[in-house]
Amino acid sequence: MTNSTHAARPDWPTLRRWRQRLVHFGLTGWLGLSIVFFWVVAAIFGPSLLSHSGDAYGGAVFAPISAAHWLGTDYLGRDMLSRVIEGARYTVGVAFVATLLASGSGTLLALLAAATGRWTDSVLSRVLDTLTAIPSKMFALLMVASFGSSVPMLIFAAAIIYLPGAYRIARSLAININALDYVTVARTRGEGTAYVMLHEILPNITGPMLADFGLRFVYVVLLLASLSFLGLGVQPPEADWGSLVRENIEVLADVGAAVIAPSIAIASLTIAVNLVIDNLPGRAARERGGR
Amino acid sequence: MNSILFKLLVQRIGLALLSLLAVSVVVFAITSVLPGDAAQEQLGQEATPEVLATLRAQLGLNVPAHQRYLHWIAGLAHGDLGVSSTARLPVSELIASRLTNSLLLAAVTALFSVPIALTLGIAAAVWRGSWFDRWESAAAVTVVSVPEFLVATLAVLVFAVHLRWLPALSYLSDVESLGQMLRAFAMPVVTLTCVIVAQMMRMTRAAVIDQLEAPYIEMVRLKGASPMRTVLAHALPNAVGPIANAVALSLSYLLGGVIIVETIFNYPGVAKLMVEGVAQRDIPLVQACTMLFCAGYLILVTLADLCGIIANPRLRHV
Repeated sequence: MTNSTHAARPDWPTLRRWRQRLVHFGLTGWLGLSIVFFWVVAAIFGPSLLSHSGDAYGGAVFAPISAAHWLGTDYLGRDMLSRVIEGARYTVGVAFVATLLASGSGTLLALLAAATGRWTDSVLSRVLDTLTAIPSKMFALLMVASFGSSVPMLIFAAAIIYLPGAYRIARSLAININALDYVTVARTRGEGTAYVMLHEILPNITGPMLADFGLRFVYVVLLLASLSFLGLGVQPPEADWGSLVRENIEVLADVGAAVIAPSIAIASLTIAVNLVIDNLPGRAARERGGR
Repeated sequence: MNSILFKLLVQRIGLALLSLLAVSVVVFAITSVLPGDAAQEQLGQEATPEVLATLRAQLGLNVPAHQRYLHWIAGLAHGDLGVSSTARLPVSELIASRLTNSLLLAAVTALFSVPIALTLGIAAAVWRGSWFDRWESAAAVTVVSVPEFLVATLAVLVFAVHLRWLPALSYLSDVESLGQMLRAFAMPVVTLTCVIVAQMMRMTRAAVIDQLEAPYIEMVRLKGASPMRTVLAHALPNAVGPIANAVALSLSYLLGGVIIVETIFNYPGVAKLMVEGVAQRDIPLVQACTMLFCAGYLILVTLADLCGIIANPRLRHV
């Protein structure tokens, strides 16, 4: 028996499955998907499309919404629309990279634990369980106090904090798959651990892990925004949406656009991701509701 | 109390203590073993090697890490939390002056949020699938999926700016009457209650609905009992364990929420002390606060576990 049957296998089943998933999307799912898409485009292309730069000072401080400044100006007279679009880079980008790291390494470790068995499994599980005993915000504060709050540091901290959760879910899925007959068959015909991990188990846990990825992304966005709001996240003059709320909090009493706009940005992103996940079929991870 | 139950309870408590010990290792490792020397941090880059060496000796940094850890953990066990590197005061004094404020805030929030959340959660389960349930769930998901500081700013907008019922900031220093105290408390409690209620309500609803899917409930329905009676008289007594579990778990979210809420409302509690400590990189203070919060978190999570075990009739009547 050789690998040729596997290597030649076309990717059609996966594609068709995804198309079926999208067909099952309700109205709220499409709404969520389009908002997420909007922010991703804003994060990637936004800053180069803007006429104002967020760094340009000038004009009145806390100017109201006008034709020149669609979202008014901030506490230094900077254009708020540019600040929010530039903030998307930090909020969406940093959270995305951190979640990718957390989910990716969590899944890999889980596959390793499931495929190699008892000893690795129990050591990994114990160590990562210990990390979950520290509430996420405490952990983040601890990391910032020890290593400062540069962007790579924030990514690393968020990845470490949310790795154990991803590991735990991936492990419980992988353990079940690992017990199935076709995995045993693969082992019997002499496949190595890496092959079993990546070719037999991984394709079967990808769906639930993607849903979990979305959920985890929301938590990371919330954590990083909260840190920035406390002044311990992204440092000035750079700003993510959390810092924008913090900087302009003084116009809250007048319901100023400078504080409302970044708030709506955060809420729209996190709620949109939730809507997308809710519309995925097999949303078991969602129903359990824990963090 | 039978022996199996007793064994399980002791096991859980032992596990919690072991976790706390493991957490202390992690906290110590992050703050002291990895690069980022406290002495260098305090003196800045231009410090001469001699001054640096003296301060290192003073801070006990030239002792190997495991000895420093043992010294630190022994101190913790005796209530000696070290000396704050910025305030130059014993950390235990700093924390003691703030701890009652934070505990009071948590207690008042729990007092409000538990009855509200249980009522809403059970009502949603009774009228499952109705517009009431759907709107309530949508509102809860919204609150859970936005950061606490947004809930706080929204609460300020509604209660302090728009309705003008409450002051936006709380200053406990000039509290003289009960009325003033209530006003100082109001905004932080309202915000925290919103966050906790959303969590707790969803979990309560799930716990009750879980019971409603059991076969005996089908029997109750076939007997012709009203939906209200089905839930209150039959499902609820069996859902007490899961609900108590949900309450304890939701209260553990207080620990995260309190950091944001104490900061935004300028409330003099332990969490605000910790945030200030982080901003000034006051490592002994941050270590002590983290351990305190982790202990609180583990107590609540263990309590949730214990509630689940005790309420399980299969374990109670072996």
